[in-house]
Amino acid sequence: MDATEIGLWGVPLAVLGGAIRVSTPFIFVSLGEAITERSGRINLGLEGTLVFGAMTAYAVAVMTGSPWLGLLAAAFAGLCFGLFHGWICKFPGVNDIAIGIALMLFGSGLAFFFGKPFIKPKAPNLPAIPFGGWSDIPQVRAALDVNVLFLIGAVLSVILWWAFRNTRAGLILRVVGDSSDAARAMGLNPDTVRLLATGVGGALAGIGGGYLSLYYPGSWTERISSGQGLMAVALVIFARWNPLGCFAAALLFGGAGALGPALQSVGVTQGYYLFYAAPYILTLIIMIATSSPTRSLAGAPGELSITK
Amino acid sequence: MTDTVTGAGMPALFGARGYPPALEWVARRAEAFVIPLAALVVGMALFSLFIALVGKSPILLYETMWRGGFGSWFSIQNSLSRAAPLLLAALCVALPARLGLVVIGGEGAIVLGGVGAAAIGAALSGAPSSIVILAMGVVGMAAGGIWIGAVGALRHYRAVNETISSLLMAYIAIALMNQLVEGPLRDPASLNKPSTQPLADIYRIGNIPGMDVHWGLVVGVVACILSWVLIEKTRWGFAARIAGGNVRAAQVQGLAVGPLIVGFTALAGGFAGLAGMLEVAAVQGNANASLAAGYGYTGILVAFLARHNPLAIIPVAILLGGIDASGGLIQRRMELPDATVLVLQGMIFIVILFSETFYGRFKAFNPDLWKRPDLLRGTA
Repeated sequence: MDATEIGLWGVPLAVLGGAIRVSTPFIFVSLGEAITERSGRINLGLEGTLVFGAMTAYAVAVMTGSPWLGLLAAAFAGLCFGLFHGWICKFPGVNDIAIGIALMLFGSGLAFFFGKPFIKPKAPNLPAIPFGGWSDIPQVRAALDVNVLFLIGAVLSVILWWAFRNTRAGLILRVVGDSSDAARAMGLNPDTVRLLATGVGGALAGIGGGYLSLYYPGSWTERISSGQGLMAVALVIFARWNPLGCFAAALLFGGAGALGPALQSVGVTQGYYLFYAAPYILTLIIMIATSSPTRSLAGAPGELSITK
Repeated sequence: MTDTVTGAGMPALFGARGYPPALEWVARRAEAFVIPLAALVVGMALFSLFIALVGKSPILLYETMWRGGFGSWFSIQNSLSRAAPLLLAALCVALPARLGLVVIGGEGAIVLGGVGAAAIGAALSGAPSSIVILAMGVVGMAAGGIWIGAVGALRHYRAVNETISSLLMAYIAIALMNQLVEGPLRDPASLNKPSTQPLADIYRIGNIPGMDVHWGLVVGVVACILSWVLIEKTRWGFAARIAGGNVRAAQVQGLAVGPLIVGFTALAGGFAGLAGMLEVAAVQGNANASLAAGYGYTGILVAFLARHNPLAIIPVAILLGGIDASGGLIQRRMELPDATVLVLQGMIFIVILFSETFYGRFKAFNPDLWKRPDLLRGTA
């Protein structure tokens, strides 16, 4: 077989490569949201955090020349958004879902406001490790060019999975998420725990945004996220609040997102926009399949408003 | 159940040390006006701070905003034109909200309503205009109604969270529109901007006589009034409010909660679909990507600002329409990005939601708090 002509084999290969490339923001946002939701609060505003993180990372990387400083700035911006959400939701009568919607709009608005001058310049990209270097086939090389953040995300999901079960912090998080009363009886302050959990969740979402603008697709535009932060929230429910499940689900979503472009590259252009909608359709189908009107979801934190 | 002492129908407890009964009625309702208004003012003050921080004059900004939104007959008409779809988009949030549902994907219903209307308008080409316009309205409402009604059905029968599903479905709807407008419904003559066949002029909806505002404004206002009557004056609205308060209690009372939820969400989606139909029939003249102009998202803010009261939606939609309309002038005169208006809307939205915490906390509005300080929310 000619090295450059791999024909239809290019599709699964492109989907695999796409899954690795596209899944990274899903991994970070969903791990962050898993931490937040385990504490009993839901932050729909992560969509806005993702967009704002993408803009911040890009702007800082353009100005300083360092993508890592950009990523750090995005994490800090995400932390601020998360802490704000956590702080405002502790007031009685304030609905965490509604505040999330507001922050979704506000985060996007701020990102578009400050991001206007950064649509043109070119920022330095985050580095990738060429795991496909052994191969002569360009498609294989492209598919196995793995960004460092993907690997960090994979490691982080294992660490979080372990930490939820085996550490004191993990236990505190789960108690607060399951019952505010039980937590108070243990001498814990649920509001403080949720504040921190939402802050950390926001920081991770900011990093996810930074990946978008600094690696893939690799530039800042106002359409950079198109609902990925929100899909990640749905993904956490599908993954049953389990960090390893989040990682697997993120790969699945990444693969779905890569299907349209992969088919287009081999000449299948019919229904391009419908393939483009594949991740949304997949999310919806998964939500329908895994929800149940008669019992609460297995593993759902008891205080979580979205599953009540 | 100490709460029962505050319930209506026990007048003996009111007015003793607070206000006379008549004044008390006023005081309780004043709360619903004063708190959102104060929140609006605080939101605008915070935005002034933001504008000052980026080095522009807040006074000039609000002056420009006033001029662009309401300063002349021309700008008032412009604001009213933008308020028309906002009225219907806000109903798409407000009606489900009375049932306790947070539906935020009205944009999807708008888009599909517009595409459906454009398709039927092209298909019936040649028929009398009244029939075609009616058919476009019906198809637009049906498309939007099925879309959001499905969200309600999924919520009730499958326990799928309506907030996430409606937003996902909005993205799916936009993809569907792009597919249809690029493919089967595309007018070959539309080169740079794929669109459906243009509607013949006789099928277009014109302006209200004497104004440069299309009839959609009237449709929106009528829809708001009808929705208010539905919620406040009919037994369906009463049942919806009960189900919104406590689903279990409503089921115990024998209310058919499922059909109620599907019916209300479908009607809500139908209004949003009607907004899409109006955009096609009165503004664009065909269906294209401009249908996803963000009215669905501004509608969320309108509904929350109006506290999901259909009558309050009317003034709020006009206000937000004015803010939207002034965006262009702000951009040109003050050299600010077009997202400036989005930032303002986001700030107002956050402050409005934050203000929810103040309801029932002020003695001026709730005279019984003089006697029963333990009723304060959060301390009870």
